[in-house]
Amino acid sequence: MSIFKKKTSNLETAEIDAAENAIASREVQGLTQRQIVIRRFLHHKAAVTSLIILTTLVVVIFSGSGIYIGPWRIPGWWKYDIETLNDLNVCSDGRLGCPTLSLVPKWLGGDGISLGEHPLGQDDIGHDYLALILRGAQRSLMITFIIGAIAGAIGTVVGAIAGFFAGRIDNVLMRFVDFLITIPSIIIGSVIGYHFGNLGALFLAFYLGLFAWTGLSRLVRGEFLSLREREFVDAARVAGASNNRIIFKHILPNAVGVIVVSVTLLMSGAILLETALSYLGFGVVPPDVSLGLLISTYQDAFTTRPYLFWWPGVTIIVIALSINFIGDGLRDAFDPRQRRKVTLNERRIKLFNRLMRKSQNV
Amino acid sequence: MFAFIGRRIGTLFVILFGSSFILYNLAAISGDPREQYKFATDERSRSVLRGLIRQLDLETPPPLRYFKWLKDVLGVFYGRANFGVTRDNEEVITRLAAAIPTTLKLVTAATLTAIFLGIALGIVTALRQYSRFDYVVTFFSFLMFSLPIFWVAVLLKQFMAIEFNNFLEVGYIDVGWRILIAAFTAVFWAGVIGGSKNRIAKVAISAFVLTFGVLTAIVALKWFNDPGLGPIVVFLLSVGIALAVTAISMGIDNRPALKSSLSIALLTFILYYPLQYAFDRYSSWLLILALAVLTLATASLISVLFAKIDQGAVIRTSVITSIGCGLIVILDRLLNTWSEYLTLDGVNGRPIPTVGQVNPLMTTDDFWLVQLDTVIHLILPTVALTLISFAGYIRFSRGTMLEVLNQDYIRTARAKGLSERVVVVRHAFRNTLIPITTIIVVDISGVIGGAIITERVFGWSGMGTLFNKAISGYDLNLLMGVFAVTATLAVLANLVADLLYAALDPRIRVGNRL
Repeated sequence: MSIFKKKTSNLETAEIDAAENAIASREVQGLTQRQIVIRRFLHHKAAVTSLIILTTLVVVIFSGSGIYIGPWRIPGWWKYDIETLNDLNVCSDGRLGCPTLSLVPKWLGGDGISLGEHPLGQDDIGHDYLALILRGAQRSLMITFIIGAIAGAIGTVVGAIAGFFAGRIDNVLMRFVDFLITIPSIIIGSVIGYHFGNLGALFLAFYLGLFAWTGLSRLVRGEFLSLREREFVDAARVAGASNNRIIFKHILPNAVGVIVVSVTLLMSGAILLETALSYLGFGVVPPDVSLGLLISTYQDAFTTRPYLFWWPGVTIIVIALSINFIGDGLRDAFDPRQRRKVTLNERRIKLFNRLMRKSQNV
Repeated sequence: MFAFIGRRIGTLFVILFGSSFILYNLAAISGDPREQYKFATDERSRSVLRGLIRQLDLETPPPLRYFKWLKDVLGVFYGRANFGVTRDNEEVITRLAAAIPTTLKLVTAATLTAIFLGIALGIVTALRQYSRFDYVVTFFSFLMFSLPIFWVAVLLKQFMAIEFNNFLEVGYIDVGWRILIAAFTAVFWAGVIGGSKNRIAKVAISAFVLTFGVLTAIVALKWFNDPGLGPIVVFLLSVGIALAVTAISMGIDNRPALKSSLSIALLTFILYYPLQYAFDRYSSWLLILALAVLTLATASLISVLFAKIDQGAVIRTSVITSIGCGLIVILDRLLNTWSEYLTLDGVNGRPIPTVGQVNPLMTTDDFWLVQLDTVIHLILPTVALTLISFAGYIRFSRGTMLEVLNQDYIRTARAKGLSERVVVVRHAFRNTLIPITTIIVVDISGVIGGAIITERVFGWSGMGTLFNKAISGYDLNLLMGVFAVTATLAVLANLVADLLYAALDPRIRVGNRL
């Protein structure tokens, strides 16, 4: 700020440029790269809100339905599970299995805020629908995270190797990626899902992850190709650093933005892919549940029992939407080029106006 | 150049060979068509099994069988392509030939709408970056990214088909709804146009009044019982299109452009009744095609007459105007068929269907009725596909436009005093189109195989249905047939995209890229 206070009368462009740089550097003064990224991310309101929503959802879903992996079982806080058949709840209008969730307080003429016995209702044969949703969402989330982790890991490694070593290795790897890219993901997914779907949702996710990394690896390769020509890589090499060290200590931290952003986008795509596969019957198979399976089972219930249709759909949308917004926030945080230039332009106008006012006062 | 294309086509074959080999074996090891007969003991099943083995050559191990398949398929190059037979002993190629047109019909309208609307909205949001309008559009595009298509389809079937048919039976819009719709339109246009508070207020109020007036007129005239535009409305709409296109492309002050596009609107009006006569007497695709050619020729001729300088740009303006006017005339003709369509068997006053690709009970072969039937069956799938896919175009064109607007040549253009319209339309928009074009090419190729779910939800039987059948019946030849089409399109599109990029952007030379 001190710069502008000293010379307010002179409005040379060079000075405005200097002021601009001052603002830009003041924004990041004395901060590490990570602090800058976190700070920028926190400025993105939609992304922060989405992060909070997604975290809450993950906690509620995982703690609610419990975690069952093979023989290890940690039961969740919700009293019903997806296997128990309960007596169908009879509602005031005589229908069976309707939701008991009530959100209108008594002083507004409602029944008061309460969950009731089956807050989201029951399916045809008496399963508690909240338990199904919790378990389905948990499955969908696990599939998403597994695909994200596996595809992220493979894509990063392949892209890094191809980009760093370039030449023949790059050629071979990228032609292999071309092979895989020609096969549409839904075709691969269906072939895999149809034949490995019965092994369980986690295996399905594992196999899908094995094929979902191609787009990511292309991006990472591009990033590595340009970063390896930079001076700091030459400097590291002159100083005697090994290839491993250059890749992991020098290039990877600079490419992490691209990786994180595309992994989030990959995950939001993955949750929809799982939904689509389950809808086509190639994904998660009963008695296990996933959100896609719930929607496809109850798509005809829209007019008669709309709650069976709305809840799984809304859950998927909220999850996918928040992942997308987090990805957007991360992109702005890691790669502020688009954003920064425009904000600087706006700031330049503001600054100009302020300087004009001050010069008039003087 | 040719060496480059040759090399690329060579790589393309290697890629196709590799990926088809992977898929063939992946599909072959993952399931066996013999499985369901494995434990069968009765003679009938056993003979079916023997027939299946002979017909599909199942005794040969898959990698070897792949090469046999490949040899047959490569017959394409000397005119005897053989994609093998399906499980039901049908030629794969006939199934494909039946499926491809259906899928094309399904996706063309949706893809075009998505591209057009997506680019338009993307560019407007880029120009109004960080405005409320931008935030709202961004939110909705992310929302549409996150929608499972079959979930949207259920909603559409309910609200755009069933409820809309209910509404048509009454044909009355409440005053409350009219106000709501008009208010929404007002807010939308205020957001798009932007500017000072004064201007926003003007835009909003006129949009509100206009929408409310049109809706009231529709209700008062009982328009929904017998829709149609009539010569006057066609003329007004044509003038509107002429003004809008001229204002955006050349500026409203450009006399030759304004004159030529307005005379096209006038011509549309003069020719309205002769056209109706022609439509009734000689209705066929040939007529439509001939009229389209004639329209474009007239448009070019008129602009050559009016413009002495800058003829190319004026021709472009009037050609776009004439396309708009032509579409309106055709829409009017289709709407005139509406009341007759309502009385047909299988329609019975509830025109919007929830599933299907044609009305199976329709017996008439009247050209316009058949076209209207097709259009009506396309409405729901088109809306669903558009909703899902245009979010991507919004985001992409917004990002590209912002990048272009930050370039130095935009600053130069502004600095030398060009108007904002020229800067945006001539400098920024054109350069935004370069990367968008390449994305579009790749997307279009993907869309042929990508409508699997849409087809299923709306009961169309195209490529997606074939694919579903192939997967669940372990029908290897059918699967590979579908794959051959989609994969060839995908790699070709990539090649075309690269070449287009080089053709559109002089900074890129094809030989250097790869």
